[in-house]
Amino acid sequence: MSSTEGNQLHVVTADNISDSRRLFGRSLIWGSAALLGLVIVLQLLDQRGGAALGFETWRPTLYAYLLWASCLCWGQVILYGEHGKRSLFILPAALFVISMVVFPLIFALGIAFSNWNLSSPDGRQFNGLDNVRQMWGDPFYWNALRNMVWYVLAIVVEYAIAFGLALLLNAQIRARKFFRVAFLLPLMLSPVAVSWMIGKSMLEIRFGPIARLARELGWDSPSFFGSPEMARAMIMIMDAWTFIPFMMIMILAGLQAIPRELREAAEVDGASAWRRFWEITFPLMLPVSVTAILIRIIFKLKLADIIINVTSGGPGGATDSVTSFIFREYRDRSNVGYGTLLAIVYLVLIVIAMTILMKLADRWMKPRY
Amino acid sequence: MSEQIFHDSESDRAFRPSWLASRLVIYAVLLLWAVICLFPIYWTITTSFKAAPDVMQGNMVPWVDYTPKWLGMRSLGLSPETIFTESTVREEFLKRFWNSTVVAVSSSLLALFLGSCAAYGLSRFDYRFGFMRNSDLSFFFLSQLILPPVVLALPFLVLYKELALLDTRIGLILLYTLTVLPIVIWIMRDQFGSIPTELEEAALVDGLSVWGAFLTIIVPIALPGMVAAFILSLVLTWNEYFFAALLTSTNAKTLPVMVASQTGSQGISWWSMAALSSAAILPLIVIGILLERFIIKGMAAGAVK
Repeated sequence: MSSTEGNQLHVVTADNISDSRRLFGRSLIWGSAALLGLVIVLQLLDQRGGAALGFETWRPTLYAYLLWASCLCWGQVILYGEHGKRSLFILPAALFVISMVVFPLIFALGIAFSNWNLSSPDGRQFNGLDNVRQMWGDPFYWNALRNMVWYVLAIVVEYAIAFGLALLLNAQIRARKFFRVAFLLPLMLSPVAVSWMIGKSMLEIRFGPIARLARELGWDSPSFFGSPEMARAMIMIMDAWTFIPFMMIMILAGLQAIPRELREAAEVDGASAWRRFWEITFPLMLPVSVTAILIRIIFKLKLADIIINVTSGGPGGATDSVTSFIFREYRDRSNVGYGTLLAIVYLVLIVIAMTILMKLADRWMKPRY
Repeated sequence: MSEQIFHDSESDRAFRPSWLASRLVIYAVLLLWAVICLFPIYWTITTSFKAAPDVMQGNMVPWVDYTPKWLGMRSLGLSPETIFTESTVREEFLKRFWNSTVVAVSSSLLALFLGSCAAYGLSRFDYRFGFMRNSDLSFFFLSQLILPPVVLALPFLVLYKELALLDTRIGLILLYTLTVLPIVIWIMRDQFGSIPTELEEAALVDGLSVWGAFLTIIVPIALPGMVAAFILSLVLTWNEYFFAALLTSTNAKTLPVMVASQTGSQGISWWSMAALSSAAILPLIVIGILLERFIIKGMAAGAVK
């Protein structure tokens, strides 16, 4: 479907590109590429100690890369004329993403199989599968992965609340704008600020307003981060608090796109509100719901800020997410190699899980009649 | 008086109270949730004006329960009596605030530029780079959203060290641009897709180049969408903590890192933490209240095709 999405703008241009211009374009691209290669080789030599050229950092390589990237873009226009100008739309973004993601990922693969303590002077040492073996026997990493499953499952509850709120906002109410802004605000807040506002002050055992309220309600010695289950639930609630508006707004947009006639027809047919919801609104909202939940899962998998700042994984690793665990692993031991391996394993698991989920969602959303 | 002949049926008379009850329930739930959303913000802002006894007694309402004092602002060097005196805390705070602003605004602008161009290209032209067609290219860009920051964090730590980009604003800007780029592309692809191509065709016939048509005709039309994408990026980049905590130390530290580092050493000086947290959240609250329309538009773009 999306392959026909492009190709909308048909422009026929007569581009007469002379041979000399073509030659100029080619030499521009290849010349700058050769320069980039030369700089890299020189820097490598310098680092290995073969030649003392006095490079302090890899900045020259960076500049050579930037030069090559701009020559590549300019060369497109020279070589292909009008068509080159079109690829100019997408080329900068593509180059940017490739240099910022693909290259570091390859680099990360190299780091992942080595023992590299940034604070020790030995530098990087290749150690084969040692890191994998260490990971296999690391109960805290598996614990963090298990926690992530719990955190992701909490999305079901968030979704239910968000759907309910969206339905209310979509109803005939006064001061709709006020409620919409009020409900949106938690999303704007920085997780770090939230972890102080709620985690450290409102949930404070002696003076926090929530602890006070709990005492009023008869809970004599409220403790929110004492037991593992309670602490995990608190992290879930704080994270839900900031992100419920996100799902709510997506669902609200979906609700507003449902034509009124459907509802009216069902009303005329005498369907109760309950049945109207389950047989019309909810099925129609399935695609939007699935999109919202998938995006929410993606954001949930990055969960770290609140955990790092409120519990730093405690008690006993009960609230650790994978990200916060690797963060502490690095902070405490500054072992880049092991941390990177854990992160890469996490990435592989995420990619597998998301692919399965997207396939399932695809099948689930196909009409069944 | 003649007797009333026509009566409302029993079910119709029952209707009114049940309607009223449902109204009541709806407003009760809405108000409850509004309190849940707003109370922490209210709590933080008022706490920054409380002294220690007020905190311990759990006073809530200023001027009724307690008299507000400038404690929180004074701890940042921003209260009326300290604002004209030298203050290292204020210097520090303003530096962090400025860092956050520069990093968030420039990375959002960069992402907006790169993302809009890419999204426009993807919605208008047929590309073929090797085996990559348009749908593959879209997937390539959007799939970056899945990438958890922790995968990139440690390699970038090492790379930035080699490139002398550690603890610089440029380094952070580049990374933040990367994290928000997929979102910008997603929103903008939707925006450009809804603009009819006849507009550009007319412009091209009139002699504009492809880029001329894009810049002078399409960009002004897509401006609301661009504002939405910009604000969403701003929210994400302003609040970002993870990369900033790992990659900055003294020069380029941003506001969230400052807030986080103060949390550990707070003791009971709640007012100063509250003042700092308020400062970190207020800019976005103002943006949220003023530009709520755009934020909702941006987030709805992905939901409804």
